Order: sequence, then structure tokens, then C-alpha cells
Amino acid sequence: MAVDVVAPSLERRIERLDRIWRERPGLLGWLTTVDHKRIGLLYFFTTLAFFAAGGIEALLIRTQLAGPNERVLGPETYNQLMTMHGVTMIFLFVIPMTTGAFGNYLVPLMIGARDMAFPRLNALSYWLFLGSGIFIYLGLFMHRGPNCGWFCYTPLNTRTYDPGPNVDFYALGLIFNGLATTAGALNFIVTIFKLRAPGMSLNRMPLFIFAMLAVSLSLIFALPSLTMDLVFLELQRKAGFHFFDVAHGGDPLLWQHLFWLFGHPEVYIIVLPAFGIATSIIPTFTQRKMIAFPLVALAELLVAFIGFGVWAHHMFATGLPTITLIAFAAASMMVVIPSTIQVFAWTFTVVLGRPEFRAPLLFIGGFIVFFVIGGLSGIMFAAIPFNQVTTDTYFVVAHFHFIIFGAAVFPILGGMYYWFPKVTGRLYHERAAQLSFWLTFLGTALTFFPMHIVGLLGMTRRVYAYSPHLGWDAYNLSETIGAFILTAGLLLIFGNLLWSRFRGTLSGPDPFFGGTLEWATSSPPPEYNFPVVPKVTSPYPNWDRADREEDARRLVAGTFVLDEGHETPASTVRDGYLDEVLSMPPESPWPVVVALCVALLFTSLLLSHVVVACVFGGLALLALAAWHTREPEES
Amino acid sequence: MSGDSVRRRRRRRRLVLPVTLLVPLLVAGCGDQNVLDPHSHAERRISKLWWVMMTGAWIGFGLVVVLLFLGWVRRNRSTLPFGGGERAATALVVGLGVAVPIVLLSGLFVWSDIFVIRATDAPRRGSTSLNVRVTGHQWYWEIKYPGTSAVTANELHIPIDTRVRVVGTTADVIHSLWVPELNRKVDVIPGRDNVMLLDADRPGTYPGQCAEFCGLQHAHMEIRVIAESNQRFRAWLAAEAAPAAANASRGAEVFMDEACSGCHQIRGTDARGQVGPDLTHFGSRTMIGAGVLPNDREHLLEWIRDPQHSKPGNRMPGLKLSDADLRALVAYLEGLK
Repeated sequence: MAVDVVAPSLERRIERLDRIWRERPGLLGWLTTVDHKRIGLLYFFTTLAFFAAGGIEALLIRTQLAGPNERVLGPETYNQLMTMHGVTMIFLFVIPMTTGAFGNYLVPLMIGARDMAFPRLNALSYWLFLGSGIFIYLGLFMHRGPNCGWFCYTPLNTRTYDPGPNVDFYALGLIFNGLATTAGALNFIVTIFKLRAPGMSLNRMPLFIFAMLAVSLSLIFALPSLTMDLVFLELQRKAGFHFFDVAHGGDPLLWQHLFWLFGHPEVYIIVLPAFGIATSIIPTFTQRKMIAFPLVALAELLVAFIGFGVWAHHMFATGLPTITLIAFAAASMMVVIPSTIQVFAWTFTVVLGRPEFRAPLLFIGGFIVFFVIGGLSGIMFAAIPFNQVTTDTYFVVAHFHFIIFGAAVFPILGGMYYWFPKVTGRLYHERAAQLSFWLTFLGTALTFFPMHIVGLLGMTRRVYAYSPHLGWDAYNLSETIGAFILTAGLLLIFGNLLWSRFRGTLSGPDPFFGGTLEWATSSPPPEYNFPVVPKVTSPYPNWDRADREEDARRLVAGTFVLDEGHETPASTVRDGYLDEVLSMPPESPWPVVVALCVALLFTSLLLSHVVVACVFGGLALLALAAWHTREPEES
Repeated sequence: MSGDSVRRRRRRRRLVLPVTLLVPLLVAGCGDQNVLDPHSHAERRISKLWWVMMTGAWIGFGLVVVLLFLGWVRRNRSTLPFGGGERAATALVVGLGVAVPIVLLSGLFVWSDIFVIRATDAPRRGSTSLNVRVTGHQWYWEIKYPGTSAVTANELHIPIDTRVRVVGTTADVIHSLWVPELNRKVDVIPGRDNVMLLDADRPGTYPGQCAEFCGLQHAHMEIRVIAESNQRFRAWLAAEAAPAAANASRGAEVFMDEACSGCHQIRGTDARGQVGPDLTHFGSRTMIGAGVLPNDREHLLEWIRDPQHSKPGNRMPGLKLSDADLRALVAYLEGLK
């Protein structure tokens, strides 16, 4: 009797939410969307395309290096592919994948919000990112791609030694890309600080959110250094300035300092989201909370902070004064501690819990193994004499691939399996997923481990050919074989996901009994994420059954449903008390217009048409003004 | 001599344990640029540092793998193996994650960054009897012996058991000077003189490569350190400092009349070019093109006929010489001992 009275009004509320949050269908809807989940998917597929490009570049590189003095690629092609591989994997794959795709999709869901704090800015970051990626790749397609290595040291990057537009594609492209990343990072910081569901005080924030916060803060402080560096470079290349020119009182080391002041925090920017993914997957598949939770949260923030004080260990061979070297070596050893805390927190959570080794947890196991290998070889670089021996050799290449591929990409792959049911509502194929793990695991080890040895045997980085008499042949061949095994594993993963998207069994909202809020809503989540603002009393709210039942009661009673408008609650920064209800902007065509103007601005700068660039800059500002005019309220 | 080799053998024995850990992975003594086959006092200390760090790394890695394995074996139990729950585990996280690393890292820091760094550091100005000046070019190394007029390329002769102060700089972009079996590397940077120590304890040839990406032919920028007895070194240096012997052959004529002399210097002749390497005693060098080809008649013919084939992008153009001129030129160059 009572149910009959309540049910229609509940249905009506859901219907109203559906109507308020629904976006335009079709292609146009994707161009104007401000829904963080759709933007997350746009990021996902775009970064996947760049991952494929970077992977093909890697395979070409490995084919050229399979044997001594191969002639598959000429030196110019090799140098462009080698540079593009680095630039792609760092700027167009890992960062946009972890922040843009995973962060966008998951942060609002995990904190119980209905969208990011600035939905249109979010759309703008995606379109800027897409523009910058296409911009950088245009160079490669014209065989004028960046060819100076991803850190592109001066004076090799000046017009004297690199007169073509190659370096301009790199420098302008990365400034462009930095705009997208900065906008995204600002959005995350405000979202995490202000849009948490009431009750989620800072100490109840999931560890993934701590990681995303640390990453966003790092990006905000690290990127300006890179951007300045690139601006200096373009001024020197195009306007006759002399920032790095010794003959006019400049200094080539300035480039390196500014680059690595960005470049080392960048390393943590790459791995921290992966740590966040690990701390999401481990509790779910061990069915217990992370042990040493506050220590792990603190460690995530500390890594990001100390990461700003170690950049000169990339420059130990440049002849800096010994006292400088020692100071940076000490800092580099300090940064180890937060990482060891996390490694043991992960492993002891597995030991203490009742782990179920399904594919996502297997990938996290692989991640821990590879992160420990890469971390241990990383500690060795704090030993200055050893650093000066191995820097710029394949030993370093081995080290950072264990970190970037082993420790960043493995959690990304595990995370794809883990959240696949949330995004699609279907389960992946478990057996194929486990096979894909073992293939990628084996491939990664076989590709990157021999690089340590060949580095110690004297193989330097970025050589397009090597002589046969140096004892490197067998190792290089095994690396190449490993790379193809790895590729097979990756293809199996994406094949599995594609097949499961259409044929997988239905998963329901919470197939793994996850602890965080994204599992408290349906799969895939509705446009408004949660029909009712969820109640939060711990860092694992989805395991608090009483609170979830309270949500159901609230929905029925109509409290905290916010179905009066396009709204989400905001809470206080530290304690997470309800602060106000925010009216969120609807979809808009202006972000894509602004991004297009900015893309044309950078293209004009590339062609040295400053006046045209100013015109497009003005148009971008006009579009920004139009963006802020209020649309008529929908009823 | 025999006492020295005994000491070396004893040192080898001390390395047996760590080496066995890596035997399936690393064939000791393989290759000519092997960091772990040290031929100098400095490199020996650094490779010892490596063996200790590697042993520690394997132990740390083993610990984590054992813990993960334990997690799998005990997947149905939610306590630690010796009892204890969350509190004990947290204590272990703090112990293994904070206390142990602080102790180990402090030890490593003091050993490597206070002691080993000092023992392998570049000598002070004026503290050595021999100084060498190495200048990086795209893509070869120019080598000068200050105080003499000797100029050569890509082959750095030193006497054994002598501390040599090497000052590195560059004529164009950043390169990095590295001889893996002798010491650490040092970048050569515009506007700076960076210094390193070279000393070898056995005669031999120690190859190394440019380690900093320097453009199109970064891969072909080899340097060879040739360590020989003090007596042979003195003789070599005296010969190297001398100008080329007068020569009126057809080959010399070709060299002077064609573009060669515009780029290369042959001391004692009118060839004073400064673009490519000095060729005064080219015939006594072992390699062509900074390690691209061995220096013999056939390879030199191949090189001069088309330098862009073996080292695409290098600054030397292929000259359209008649076959006779080419052979005369090669004979002349090979004669520049």
C-alpha cells in the first residue's frame, strides 16, 4: 500500500534527473559534451590511438636494433621515431590516459559528485589535448618531426644545428599540450577540494583521489618550468634571443635545469596515478582495507613534494660542482622512503587479506615486481660515480622503462580490466585476461631486462646502429623478440575488451564488491552519476552497508536528490560539511571552438606568421567571452 | 708485475659470489666496452660499488617477491605467518619501509657519494704530468696534447700507470666523453671545460662512444683510448707532434688541389682546413670516420668514394675523382704514418 504511493514519485524523480542531465545525442553531442564520463571516454580512445602510434614507433625502433648495423631505418627516420616514441608515450599517452581518461571518469564518481567542478573547462582540456597531439604528429607525417630526443638538449635544438621545423613542432606542440594539462590539473584540484560528497572529509578520501590530488598539484608547479624553457627556445629560434647561447652570455645548462625541474616531478606524475590504481584494486581483490592507510596517503603526497628537489641527478655528468651533486644525491635517496612505504603497504595488504588473483590483481602484482626492479636500479643513480657511469646508457633506458611501462602502464592495463564492467556494464573474459597478463609480463621482462646488461656492456642511448663486435647482439635480439611478445599481449587485452564490450556477460553495478563509491551506482552510471547524494562515513563507503541503505531511503524520501536543476553539492575543503548546492553549466559548443582557434594560433606561430597568430588569439578570446554568456534556462 | 696479478686474482675471488648470482644473465668479460671489466683504479672501485648494490638489490627484490608469493600461498588466511594482524603489519611497513632503507641508504650515501666519488674524481689542475684536451665535433673527437703540437682524432694515446687529466670541451653541440673500462663519463658542453681522470693499469685499446645524443651520426662517434708503456707513448707523441714528411706524389697533389685541403689539416703542408679531423699522421690510426670502418686501403677507398654511404649525414662530401686519382690519394693518406 505504502509502496504504491511512493513508487511513482520515485520514478518521477529519476525521470526528472534523466531529463535535466540528458545531453544532445549523436556526433554533435560528443562535440559539445561536458559530461566527465563522455570526456573521459574521448580521452581514453584518443590516448589509445596515440599509444598505438607510440607502440608502432617502438616496434620500428626495435626492428632496426634487432641486429648490428641493420638498415631498416636511416638515421634521420630513426631519430624522429625515437623522439616521437618518447614524446608520445609521456605527453600523449600516459599522462592523458591516467589523468584525462581514468581521472576524468573516476574522480567525480569516487567522491560522489555529479561532474567535475568546471565541466566546460574539462571539455576544453580534451579538445586542446587532441589539437596538440595532432599538431605534433603533423610534423612526423611530413617527415619533419621532432628529432632531438624527448629532452632535446640545446644547442642541438637551435637553428644552427636543426634548421627545419622539426624542433618547432616539438616546442610549440608541448606548450600547446601543457595548456590542456594545466587546465585539467586545476579542474581536478578544485573538484577534489570542493565537490566531495558531504561527509567525505580529507581523511576519508580514497587513496586514488589522494594520488590524483598529488599529481595535479605537481603538474601545476612543474609545467611552468617546461613551458618557460620552451618559450625561451622558441624566442631563440624565431626571434633571435640568446637564452642558451654561450657566445652571447647565455648558458646551455639553463635548458637542462629548467627541463629537469619539470622532468623529474614528471616521473612521479607518471607513476602516482598508477599507485592510485593499485590502491584501488588491491583492497577490492583482497577484500580488506589498505593497511597503513594514512601513511600511504602521506607517502603519495610526499613523493610528489620531494620529487621537486632531485632534478639535478639527471645532470650528474654535466660538470656541476661536487657539493651540488652530493646535495641532490641525498635528496634522491630521501625520495626512496615514501616509495618503500607504499611497496610494503601493498604487499602486506596482500599477505594479510584473502587475495583473489583475478586479472586486475595479477597486473598489480606485475606492477609491484616491475616497480621494485625499476626502483632499485633508480636508487643506484643516487650513487654519483655509478650514475656517471650508467647515465645515457641502456641501463637508464632499462630503468625508466621498468618504471614507465612496468609501474605506470601495468596498473593502467589492470585498471582497464577492473573498471571495464563499470564503464560498459559487462564483464571481460577472465581466462583470456589472465593469459594476456602472462604474455605482457613475459614480454616486458624480456624486452627491458636485457637492457640493463647491454647498458653495462657500454651501449649508449639513441644510437640507430651498433657494431657487431661489442657483444650486444644477443641481448638486442632478445629485446626485439620481447617487444613483439609484449605487443601480442597488448593486442590480446584490447581484443578481449572489444569482444567483451559486445559479448561479455552482464556485470551488474558491483561485480567485484569494490569499496569506493563508483561501485555504488549502476553500470554504466547515469549522466548524473548518483540519483541521490551518497552518505559517506569512511574511506571505503561502499562497504558501509548501513550508509548505502540510507541512500536508498533518502531516494525514496526525496532528500538529497537535487532534482530541481542541473546541480551538484559542494562541501567544505577539510571537513567535507555540506557548503552549498552548485548549479552546473550545460553542454556547450564553445570549448571546441576555443580549442580550434588555439590550434590555428599555434600553427601560425609554427609558420612564423605572428600577425595571423594574433588574429587567432583574438578569436579565441572572443570565443571565451561567448562561452560565458548565459544560455536561457531550461525548464 | 706478478704480485699485481696475484692481487687481481684475489680480487676476482671476492667477486665470485655476486657473479654467480648473475651468471645466466651476464657473461663476464664479454665485449670491449664492459663497465664490469675495469682496467683502472677508478673503474675498479666503481664496479665494486655496482656488485654490492646489485647484491643488495637482488635481496630487496627477493624479499618483495617472497611476500607476494606468501600472499598467494596464504590466500585463505588473514593473518601474518607468525600471527599478528593489522598492527603487526603496520609495524612491519614502518620497519621495512622507513627504518631499514634509512640505514642502508645512509651507508650507501657515505660510501659512494663521499668516498668513491673522491677516489675517482678528476685531478686538480697541475697535479698531473700529462694533460690532454679533447674536443667533441659532429661527429668525431679532436685530441690535442697541450705543450706539444700533436693533434689527432678519435684515438687518445696514454701511458699506463699514469694519471692523465683530460679536459673536455666541444666545438658545436653537447657530446659526452666515456671510456667504460676506465672511468665515469663527462659531458662536453659549449663554454665549459669539464675534467675527468683517465688512467689505465694495463696496455690495451679501450673503446668508448659518445654518450650524449648529438644529432644524425651520434651512433658513429667512437673514441679509443690506447694505453701503452711510457716509452712507447713518448715515442708516439714525438712522432705525432712532428709535421708530415715532405711528399710530392700524385696523391699529395690531389689532396691539395681538390676540396680535401679546405676541410682537413696536414701539418707541414698547405692543407690547413679546420672542419674535419687533422690528418697529419692519418696512416698510423686504426679507424676511419670515428669508428665506422677499419683503416686499410680497401676501406679507405670505399670511404672516400662515398662517405655518405657508411656514415650518412656526415660533413664529408663524395668527390667525383677518377679512379687513378682516388688510388693515388689513398696511397698518399696511408703513407702519412
